[in-house]
Amino acid sequence: MPPARGAHARRPSSLGRVGLVWVYPDLLSTYGDRGNLLVLERRARLRGLDVESVMVNADQPIPQQADIYLMGGGEDLPQILAASRLRADGGLTAAARNGAVIFAVCAGYQLLGREFGGEDGQPVQGLEILNMRSGRSQRRGVGEILADADPSLGVPRLTGFENHQGVTQLGEGVAPLAKVAVGVGNGDGTEGAIAGRVVGTYLHGPVLVRNPDLADLLLTWAAGPLPPLQADDEEWTRRLREQRLAAVPAGSA
Amino acid sequence: MGKLPLRARLATTIGGAAGKMSRLAGRGDGSVIGGVIGLRVEPDLLALLAAGRRVVLVTGTNGKTTTTRLITAALGALGQEVASNAFGANMEAGLAAALGQAPDAPLAVLEVDEKYLPTVLGTTRAWAVALLNLSRDQMDRAAEIWLVARRWREALATATDCRVVANADDPLIAWAAGAAPNVIWVAAGQRWHEDSWCCPRCGSHLSREELGWRCDECGFTRPPTSWVLDGSSVIDPTGRAHDLSLSLPGRANRANATVALAVAGEFGVGPEQALPWLQKVTSVAGRYTQVERRGRQVRLLLAKNPAGWLEAFDVLDDPPVPVLLSVNAREPDGKDTSWLWDVDYRVLRGRPVLVSGERSLDLAVRLEADLVPFELAEDVDDAVNRVNSGRLDVIANYTAFQQIRVSLGRAA
Repeated sequence: MPPARGAHARRPSSLGRVGLVWVYPDLLSTYGDRGNLLVLERRARLRGLDVESVMVNADQPIPQQADIYLMGGGEDLPQILAASRLRADGGLTAAARNGAVIFAVCAGYQLLGREFGGEDGQPVQGLEILNMRSGRSQRRGVGEILADADPSLGVPRLTGFENHQGVTQLGEGVAPLAKVAVGVGNGDGTEGAIAGRVVGTYLHGPVLVRNPDLADLLLTWAAGPLPPLQADDEEWTRRLREQRLAAVPAGSA
Repeated sequence: MGKLPLRARLATTIGGAAGKMSRLAGRGDGSVIGGVIGLRVEPDLLALLAAGRRVVLVTGTNGKTTTTRLITAALGALGQEVASNAFGANMEAGLAAALGQAPDAPLAVLEVDEKYLPTVLGTTRAWAVALLNLSRDQMDRAAEIWLVARRWREALATATDCRVVANADDPLIAWAAGAAPNVIWVAAGQRWHEDSWCCPRCGSHLSREELGWRCDECGFTRPPTSWVLDGSSVIDPTGRAHDLSLSLPGRANRANATVALAVAGEFGVGPEQALPWLQKVTSVAGRYTQVERRGRQVRLLLAKNPAGWLEAFDVLDDPPVPVLLSVNAREPDGKDTSWLWDVDYRVLRGRPVLVSGERSLDLAVRLEADLVPFELAEDVDDAVNRVNSGRLDVIANYTAFQQIRVSLGRAA
């Protein structure tokens, strides 16, 4: 069961403002990961929040005072490089300790753990923000994925696309983000991970585009309760979501 | 074909007949089925058919079909028959079929799928290879591009009799080609940088400057080039500039033409000789074709991945000429549409935008996020009916492009 809030509750975000950091888009942006940033920006602005987004490349320091940090997918070498840069920088770990929201996809998700598999399967040290380990599976998980989010999150069924060869084992203090209905996910029937305000997932698509309630949950953590959007502003997203949910026949894994 | 062993001759004949039947049945141009059957009869068919010819292989993520066509055109100056898989059937069967259909051609220009280059390089004992670019493409079925580059590198290292014409501006290409004994480096440019921030050799961050790229960690640097694309001209290895006035539009095609000129140069065909032949190429397998539909000029552009879309935007008519975007996500397209979010659509603001295709809703949400107003269209005919302009540009990915071509009557 995911705890609602980290023990080190952080100062509430200054009223009406949300600071977003896209971590290393030069290394970790393989699966349209910009979409997660764009959808958070859009949904925050439609609520009248001021949004300040920063893209931080691997040769720049990670700012520690932002509200939401995003990490995307990447190939093996960039993932290994990102791990060593982020460990040396320390900013992301500090932000996590301060209670910032971290949302990481695929390679970025694996990076949050204690270790992950390198280009020849060798273990590589991760950021140790989440108590979990990732390795390589024999088979690549590729295709549409459906997963049911932990009921305590109040987020309806997740839809996404997965394309990875990772298996992830969660340790103590880390709960699965969801239970796989169709697809591979962590490899043991669970999908993703959550601990406090740190969330990781194998889903792209991009995942926050297809699952606006998950996007709103992250924004709520950062900026407090949000009014619903007008139906017009949700129309295309709603139609896309319905189409993607219907496109995967149940039990077609 | 007299030199071919009996079984190879039989394989070619049977394959050719199957191809003809497939064409008659309206199933495409028949080149793949012919090759598939031929290879089943004689597994060494490709090697046997390639033997004794000078074979040029062309590969890369974008521009394969066009560059193959441009090289074929440039070699026209030699006055010899050239075998080519001009319609993009770029796996072993398509290559065998192309060679089988032109048994007496002493030259062959073949586009090859990125994944198959190492195998085909050995099988055909290629005389030259052109390496264009590598960027993300159909990631649900293709290997990661760094792995592709690594396999190329291994294969090219032993290709002692092969000239490698390679784009030095693409770091992955430079790394893959760098192992080859004989490389002709071309400055063909690279607009899409999102897949080459990392040094392919050591993984560190690459620095970019106006004239190239460099790894501060291991020192891997853009190699010096002998052919240079400079705006709308090409500078040859002797330092002479040639005006590149092509019939094909856009920067990407000038890059393709520069590579074609470098390959032609290896055959002793100089730029003055080759350029008039390049200018004759006006459309390539339907791409850039202009079709009239109910009084409107419809122009077709194919773009299959983010780098391709970037180059397609470069070719669009100025606003207010409307554009139709059409996206599918079938097997040949890649089933993952996430890449739509790697494309910056803001350049489309200020012109009417229509969207269609099986994944039009993905496009709709994408355009909404970029504040680009748009309308849904059923198909290309619906789009033609909705626009007031005398012109309509169409950008579509692979199967969406084929569907539109068919509905426009394969006028290409």
